[in-house]
Amino acid sequence: MPDKQSGLLLRISDEDNVYVLLRGLNAGDSLKLGEQTVVVENSLELGHKIAARDIAAGEKIVKYGAPIGSAARDIRAGEHVHLHNIKSDYIPTYTLNSETD
Amino acid sequence: MSAKTEFQGFLRQDGRKGIRNTILVVYLVECAHHVAREIVYPYRKQGVHLIGFSGCYPNQYAFDMMARLCTHPNTGGVLLVSLGCESFDRRGLARVVIDSGRPVETLVIQERGGTLTTVDQGQTWLEETLAELEDTTARVTMSVDELVVGAICGGSDATSGITANPAIGRCFDLLVDNNASAIFEEGGELIGCEQIMADRAVTPALGEEILSTMEKTARYYTTMGHGSFAVGNSDGGLTTVEEKSMGAYAKSGSSPIRGLIKPGDVPPAGGLYLLDIVPDGGARFGFPNINDTAEIAELIACGAHLTLFSTGRGSVVGSAISPVIKVCANPETYRRMAGDMDVDAGRILEGGATLDEVGEEIFSQVLAVAGGEPTKSESLGHQEFVLTYKSFEPIGPACLPV
Repeated sequence: MPDKQSGLLLRISDEDNVYVLLRGLNAGDSLKLGEQTVVVENSLELGHKIAARDIAAGEKIVKYGAPIGSAARDIRAGEHVHLHNIKSDYIPTYTLNSETD
Repeated sequence: MSAKTEFQGFLRQDGRKGIRNTILVVYLVECAHHVAREIVYPYRKQGVHLIGFSGCYPNQYAFDMMARLCTHPNTGGVLLVSLGCESFDRRGLARVVIDSGRPVETLVIQERGGTLTTVDQGQTWLEETLAELEDTTARVTMSVDELVVGAICGGSDATSGITANPAIGRCFDLLVDNNASAIFEEGGELIGCEQIMADRAVTPALGEEILSTMEKTARYYTTMGHGSFAVGNSDGGLTTVEEKSMGAYAKSGSSPIRGLIKPGDVPPAGGLYLLDIVPDGGARFGFPNINDTAEIAELIACGAHLTLFSTGRGSVVGSAISPVIKVCANPETYRRMAGDMDVDAGRILEGGATLDEVGEEIFSQVLAVAGGEPTKSESLGHQEFVLTYKSFEPIGPACLPV
């Protein structure tokens, strides 16, 4: 599957609107997304997702070429895509109360 | 493929062939757990495994699971440990084991004079039976097409679905090409994949069965109010259950789905099978499987000689009865926990190997472990086992076409 590899960002399927990080990033690192350079706000572990383009609230998040949830609010290109800005279309994701963002 | 596809196994009187010659000590209620554990302890590295059922109330599923596990091809003999007043049908279970031609003994603690005498008598029986099995179990040549292999993921993170799971999928394709039986399990971890799975079924009627099973699954987990998703999954970059599902689904490889089975159903021929682990009827006894170990036990009850376990965060579990091959998805986890991992699939992310290469490595490991080589979790003495209350209806005729 990882055939679109550029070392840092993996787009698993051509239709995906998110990239997977192949290594961790520190806050303040910059990241090239096409023409754009994006500065990472918070440290991110390997495997986390970032938006490949601007995604509007309500749009499907696509990974593996398949929907994996919907945007809960507008998401900018390069932004971390996770519990704080997308939601399951099936069963809400459980988080520990002590760790809620 | 250069790997040797034949190895030495153990022939049982019912004609099935195993890759281990294990004695099971089985407690039939939690009240007999300690005594059974004491019996096993000095022999735990000599192929004596402890399994059991905690509940005092009867349950047909638990009985059927025990019957399958006690007559599993890797099982050579069985010692049942009963308190005496529990509702488990110990005589019925002993009869199933006797009918399979295996040595069996039942110790009822209340009739044997309590803890010390029961432990003593249990260990005497173990000494005799270990020697007997060593002398009398027939060795036999086994080939890959006689293997049943299960796959499961646990402690998943976002690397699981891009390295270990698709690599296991490649191994599953190789197993199916060699006419082995390969089983992937369906918990809440395939929610979102229903249509793509149904499209891979060998008949449209089987596709319909898969869709209705997945509807049951979504309904069941919604009633529970909790998807098959742990906090560590989101720390590892997974956000939703359907995202986790897409990654988990990659374990199935690309072969057609030949059948839909339930815990205890043994695949009738080589090919790829989906195991439905979600109870039938209303949600009655709680979560379908409370942890990964409960799922591994169900794969084993379906005849799995060994299980491929994909992990990203780093699970350390093994299993009673059938060896577990741990495929680590995350290169950072592998570096931290290499002593628990059999295969380093995370190197795919760092350019150290391709999916096909790791798939072939897993396939070679399957053959080596089938031939007797211990896995990491076996060497470390992991023999986890869990069995809880559930209820199932038998599968319908459309579930096993051909």
